[in-house]
Amino acid sequence: MEKYILSVTVQNNAGVLARVSSLFGRRGYNIDSLTVSATNDPKVSRMSIIVQGDEPILEQIIKQLLKLEEVQRVDHLQEDESCCSELVFVKLRAESGSERDAIRQLCDLYAAHIVESTEQTMIVELSEVPSRIDAFLDVISNFEVVEMSRSGVTAIQK
Amino acid sequence: MVKNGSEILVEALVEQGVDTIFGYPGGAVLNIYDALYKNSDRIRHILTAHEQGAAHAADGYARATGKVGVCLATSGPGATNLVTGIATAYMDSIPMVAITGNVGTSLIGRDSFQEVYIAGITMPITKHNFVVRHVEELADTIRSAFRIAASGRPGPVLIDIPKDVTSAECEYIPEPKVEVKETYDVTAEQLETVAGMIAQAERPIIYFGGGVETADAGAALLELMRKADIPAAHTMMAIGCIPDTEPLSLGLVGMHGTVSAAWAVERSDLLICIGARFSDRVATNPRRFAPKAKVVHIDIDAAEINKNIGVDYSVVSDAENFLEALLPYIKEAKHTAWREQIAEWRKTLDYVPKDDDSVIHPHQLLRTLYDMIGDDAIVATDVGQHQLWSAQYNRCRKIRHFLTSGGLGTMGFGYGAAMGAQVAFPDKTVVHITGDGSFHMNLNELCTAVTYNLPIITIIMNNNVLGNVRQWQTMFYEKRYSQTNLYRKTDYIKLADAFGGRGFRVTNIAELRAALADALQRTGPVLIDCRIDKDERVLPMIPAGGTVDDIVAD
Repeated sequence: MEKYILSVTVQNNAGVLARVSSLFGRRGYNIDSLTVSATNDPKVSRMSIIVQGDEPILEQIIKQLLKLEEVQRVDHLQEDESCCSELVFVKLRAESGSERDAIRQLCDLYAAHIVESTEQTMIVELSEVPSRIDAFLDVISNFEVVEMSRSGVTAIQK
Repeated sequence: MVKNGSEILVEALVEQGVDTIFGYPGGAVLNIYDALYKNSDRIRHILTAHEQGAAHAADGYARATGKVGVCLATSGPGATNLVTGIATAYMDSIPMVAITGNVGTSLIGRDSFQEVYIAGITMPITKHNFVVRHVEELADTIRSAFRIAASGRPGPVLIDIPKDVTSAECEYIPEPKVEVKETYDVTAEQLETVAGMIAQAERPIIYFGGGVETADAGAALLELMRKADIPAAHTMMAIGCIPDTEPLSLGLVGMHGTVSAAWAVERSDLLICIGARFSDRVATNPRRFAPKAKVVHIDIDAAEINKNIGVDYSVVSDAENFLEALLPYIKEAKHTAWREQIAEWRKTLDYVPKDDDSVIHPHQLLRTLYDMIGDDAIVATDVGQHQLWSAQYNRCRKIRHFLTSGGLGTMGFGYGAAMGAQVAFPDKTVVHITGDGSFHMNLNELCTAVTYNLPIITIIMNNNVLGNVRQWQTMFYEKRYSQTNLYRKTDYIKLADAFGGRGFRVTNIAELRAALADALQRTGPVLIDCRIDKDERVLPMIPAGGTVDDIVAD
């Protein structure tokens, strides 16, 4: 199973997200992540969708999306020809000084920021390509993760 | 001029050429029905017994005329009762606009009386749907709905209108009817490629479906078949596109198609699919369908290409546009050896049912029926054995004269569809072929046919079982007839009488002839209860997932 990045521009109407997710649901396509937000044109929203599948499934997803009345355009983005990024917040248990130091060092290594700190926990923020986020989460799992929230990928053609 | 939402709805429907709608009133559509009352000279409203009947009637109207069918229902249960009808139209690509009322905008989302989120419910079974939140959007929304329903690959569109929008006022500016005229660019390179593949083929075959009917491409298809000498098999959705008397026609293909058509597909070296979608009822085993052939797919819907099977070449176009463009590129050819081979299969392999006039065999029933109703009659079916027999032994020679739920397979579709066709064509003979299982689902609509004097002739192939499911139980479940033997005591003569129609019971072909002769003279609906044996099977059959090697023919 490959992962593909789709950038979909849609009319900014009520229900358009439901329409797209309903299509994925009923056709049985796998979504890894889906983000949707405004663009510079208030009538248009952009969805960035990471899907799993193979080439024939990708072809079907693109064609089926294009059949939706409110979908204007679907681009299959190549990783090297696009900018894509994801945001993650991780809340870590960090009570001892040594733990805090280790977390700080790790954050420096990955260019992550500590955005909140209490006596018991630290919240770390990282904005990166998904593979770097995966790697960061892998090492950070050596600490006690209290909560974690990933935004899903947003992307744009270079 | 300033009008309220209900008046704008009526104006916009008239603008789109609508003169007939099928529906059922209710609280949320009171304003709309008031406007319909005042405009009853401009729009004829057919009141059905149940909203499902209205949806099937609008669908049948659309199938028979090619125009967009319109149905109307109130909020909540009225809207949900349309759902099966909308899904039926969606699966068969039928242009339809379904209009539902909803509770007022201030009540939406509060689980108000008769509130349902019909836009959400119908999202996967419509081409598109709308919730009209402001009366200013209403006229343009209706115009968009008609454009979407009729354009490209047609399909149903739903418009949900909250009650306050039907009474709110705004300026209405008339516009001309939305004319859908699309052109699909077919390049010379594409045409040369397809023509080249045809010229090189020794054993070509065409497999065509409902897209040929939608595009009215039967004549162009026949010209291609004759010019390039290519035999053609069709799906259930394409019955009537080419005459059944055409020597190059192989008849039905698929699960219950002819054995010769199945072997022609199996042995072909080029299969050209036009306006069909390799559904599991045709390509019963998609990996082994036309295994020796290069496959060319012509379809108006790009998403159909490579959906069910991977193809070697494809062109996105409507059938008529493509065929007309292709014909000049086609060289006259003869595939004598191939045709002789197919003729041999037809002679030796095709299933031939045995006649017996003392009972009613389905094939004899249908032969008698088609002989008596002629070429101009419209046939609507329900779903089950009677439908498959009607497709196998059909003698339809015109498009839009065989109305059947091919995709969704909706039992209970037939009576509504027949009503829609009869309303569209009051002077034509309309025959509803059904089984006792299907008929019981929506027989309530008999009252509608009586009210509107629709002389629909219903042929009930009555075997007192759910024959098609039972046939599978016979073949694959060692005759464990779970819930398929019906022990019903319905008296169809009394039933017809109670509704204000006329009923007959027939047990042999002579009685059938007499009943039909009587029915054809009547001005109201007739039921003919035709007693057939419960063990009659639809043959031949390729089981699901099977190939020619698995054909059951006795």
